[in-house]
Amino acid sequence: MKQGLFTIVENTRLTDSVWQMRLVGDTSAITAPGQFVNILLEGKFLRRPISVCNCEGDELTLVYKVVGGGTEQMSRMERGQELDILTGLGNGYDLTVSGEAPLLLGGGVGVPPLYMLAKKLIQEGKKVSVVLGFNTADEIFYEEEFKALGCDVTVTTVDGTKGTRGFVTGAMENIEYTHFYTCGPEPMLKAVWRASTTSGQLSFEERMGCGFGACMGCSCKTLTGYKRICKEGPVMRKEEILWQN
Amino acid sequence: MAELKVNLCGIEMDNPIIPASGCFGYGYEFAELYDINCLGTFSFKGTTKDPRFGNPTPRIAECTAGMINAVGLQNPGVEKVISEELPKLGQCFHKPVMANVSGFSVEDYAYTCEKLDKEEQVGWLEVNISCPNVHGGGMSFGTSPEAAAEVVRAVKAVTTKPVIIKLSPNVTDIVAIAKACEEAGADGISLINTLLGMRIDLNKKAPVIANKMGGFSGSAIFPVAVRMVYQVAHAVKIPVVGMGGVSSAEDVIEMMMAGATAVEVGAANLVNPFASRDIVRDLPRVMEKYKIEKLTDIIGIA
Repeated sequence: MKQGLFTIVENTRLTDSVWQMRLVGDTSAITAPGQFVNILLEGKFLRRPISVCNCEGDELTLVYKVVGGGTEQMSRMERGQELDILTGLGNGYDLTVSGEAPLLLGGGVGVPPLYMLAKKLIQEGKKVSVVLGFNTADEIFYEEEFKALGCDVTVTTVDGTKGTRGFVTGAMENIEYTHFYTCGPEPMLKAVWRASTTSGQLSFEERMGCGFGACMGCSCKTLTGYKRICKEGPVMRKEEILWQN
Repeated sequence: MAELKVNLCGIEMDNPIIPASGCFGYGYEFAELYDINCLGTFSFKGTTKDPRFGNPTPRIAECTAGMINAVGLQNPGVEKVISEELPKLGQCFHKPVMANVSGFSVEDYAYTCEKLDKEEQVGWLEVNISCPNVHGGGMSFGTSPEAAAEVVRAVKAVTTKPVIIKLSPNVTDIVAIAKACEEAGADGISLINTLLGMRIDLNKKAPVIANKMGGFSGSAIFPVAVRMVYQVAHAVKIPVVGMGGVSSAEDVIEMMMAGATAVEVGAANLVNPFASRDIVRDLPRVMEKYKIEKLTDIIGIA
């Protein structure tokens, strides 16, 4: 983990409520896709944890959804503004167990961390399939970006306004894969966990205090003991998950 | 040359800065970030007789200038703290540490304190009779002078190291409880623990925190803490450790002027992991600004 000042170089709207922010700063603490950063915002006591969408050289890309006052504040920020960010938080995805044909499943704002993961897997010569799930056509983002990486992309929408109608698990049935990686709302994670036929990794969310393992605010029970979502997570292995509801 | 040394219950500290229990784990998360030996000491995660997972999540809610937590004393239990956490801590911290203890009965407190008292690394025992997040214990001991005194007597009977009692602000007369602890043999008082608070999620039309209520901390509570430290410090002769919303060297000076011998830093560490280190670093400059040569000169000066 590192604390550093990042300068915004771009902050643009992708959909009605999803924004992309590109920043420049010391990214050296970011070691794996699926990690997150924790952003200090003026007037807010707690930092805002946001998953890393991409990181290349000194450039960090975050894709975030405006859900409350903090993210709304972020959406109003402009090029040149500086942010105090803790980087390199969480374990991230393990690429070493992907096999030759990994499947990545993202739901809504759970899509962004899969981008850097897809990029790394493609770089390693894997055949990467991606299923991006949204509620409706207007909410879709990053479809072209994943295609540009060379992934085999399937889009699903719950209302059928674009791509395959239904949930990501529907599309999952028609894809052959060696390992799965997923991030999204918890009901989706659980559905993917149930439908999956291989080993896999799931990224979880929880309200956090510190984001670096000190406060025990985001603990969860797993089959391998108590874990902190922010420190031993957010990525959990399929076989260790103990569903609470 | 600014003199930062203070003496807390017979143990000399290089400076009065103590990261507060529950905001600093067992130290080593922070030791990865900076040399925690720059601190006066720190109070480790509240330890109970048996292991505890704590409360269901969400455990955290944000507030204006603060936060609410309802962690519920998650800890591996005293046996594991002694066999696993303290050896790990020993690798990165070479000063006496403050052992924070919680319990659900007088016997629990005595049992856990007796065990930790025997550990060489432990300098002080900080007995938390003020946790707002567990039922049938914690705060219930800290809200009655008689119950508080009973815990103090039981712990003092089985320990040799200084016993500091951590008080709850969620009482009508904190001075009466502090005095009861002093009369029962406490070596020091620390205050304040968190204020009982609550937030409601407007979308869900339900409490943010699964446990509904939790402990409110952060800079918002600082004035309440200063007031209570001032009241207690004027009423007892034993040293007082001040805490509650401290986030700067100026806050430390203010707490000491209110009567604190040492000062704990809590939620600030969660927002800025370097907060305690920065306060230690900033203290000489702030002391110079206010023409303070020795920190001990200002204890209770206000």
